[in-house]
Amino acid sequence: MTERKIVIPGEIIVSGDKYLPGEGTEKKDNDIIAIIYGLSEETRGLVKVIPLSGVYHPRRGNVVIGKVENVTFNGWVIDITAPNNAFLSLTEVPRYINKDGLEEVMDIGDMVVAKIWNINKRGIDLSIKSRDFGKIEEGMIIKINPNKVPRVIGKEGSMVNLIKNETGCNITVGQNGLIWISGDKIENELLAKKAVIFVTEKSFIEGLTDKLKEWFDKEK
Amino acid sequence: MAIKRTDGRKFDELRKMYAKVGVVPNADGSAMFSFGDTIAIAAVYGPKKMHPQHMQDPEKGTLRFTYNMLSFSVTDRIRPGPSRRSQEISKVSEWAIDPVLMIDKFPNNVVDVHVNILQANASTRCAGINAAVLALAHAGITMKNIVSSVSIGKLDKELVVDVSKEEEDYSEGEGATDIPITFTGDGKLTHIQLDGKITTEQLKEAVKLAKKACEEIYEVQKKALKESIK
Repeated sequence: MTERKIVIPGEIIVSGDKYLPGEGTEKKDNDIIAIIYGLSEETRGLVKVIPLSGVYHPRRGNVVIGKVENVTFNGWVIDITAPNNAFLSLTEVPRYINKDGLEEVMDIGDMVVAKIWNINKRGIDLSIKSRDFGKIEEGMIIKINPNKVPRVIGKEGSMVNLIKNETGCNITVGQNGLIWISGDKIENELLAKKAVIFVTEKSFIEGLTDKLKEWFDKEK
Repeated sequence: MAIKRTDGRKFDELRKMYAKVGVVPNADGSAMFSFGDTIAIAAVYGPKKMHPQHMQDPEKGTLRFTYNMLSFSVTDRIRPGPSRRSQEISKVSEWAIDPVLMIDKFPNNVVDVHVNILQANASTRCAGINAAVLALAHAGITMKNIVSSVSIGKLDKELVVDVSKEEEDYSEGEGATDIPITFTGDGKLTHIQLDGKITTEQLKEAVKLAKKACEEIYEVQKKALKESIK
């Protein structure tokens, strides 16, 4: 992997035949050019650009947190703070539901954790076919900049696991920038919230996991 | 008698430029660009769902550009709100940016660009386009390249780069002439306007001058984008 660098749209990242254009790039003649503003990265010939700012763009497989916006006859329309609304179909709910009582399962305004299982021209399809997904019953939800989500999660979940262990709260990070915190005590939830905000504000510092440990020692 | 520019610049010298990215915290992308006393702030919202629904385009996205001159931006207070002039500039700026934007990646969506002129001393549409394109890049919109815009003026027979208000109104000799020109980063023309009179030969020369100036502006824009992340 080569060194990461900031690229702007239209800038040539690499030239030569041995490279393949990945996300955020395009092939033009013999060069790979960036089509979005962000950090360029090259792994085994595949060149891509990671966006650093802007709105959330849904990807297949993302875990997201959304708000029920409407109830239809066969599912729920969910706002996941993306340009398009997402749809959670009745068939993607792992238990029996009376077709006349969809509101009783999830009503307008309820928050839900779901996974994006398909994106097509018509829209985004969600699924809650797993133990971790479903309606949010308790706890608090905070919103952060979606571009800071990888930092909050950390390398293989190191950052979020540290916050979980230190506060004893259960934390679910949605890729769209919504974070669900639930703990047994409100103080712990607030501490977790403060920790997440600390991470987003200091996101450019290296070795942030250690800094966060120090911060926790001071806060307690 | 040789003509001199009122602020003592060389004929091909631009005013002091300043660009900054990320000036509006609530926007998805924002930027500021200034040519001397002309200051433009651009804010980008979206891509978001187009509303009303009948304006949605399922084949490609829509770019909506709004140019607005604030009432205190000029010496005589201008009436706030949309005017014939601001609507025209909005449309023209939209067309200047549209060729580089890969808006087809966002069907049914709209990208809103709001450009406000805080201070005006001629070349406001150029400063607006320069700020808008930085804000669009900052908002993570896919585009083939970025554009840079500059205005070419004419003091009698002499072509000048980046006109100020006095030069724009210089009516002696051949009369006041103002030519805003926009180039992409790889030297393709996306927008040219002409207000006044000019010969074909001189127009060719003006385009050449603009191309050189746009390269300079491109470097300023590039630097602003690269330095916004530390």
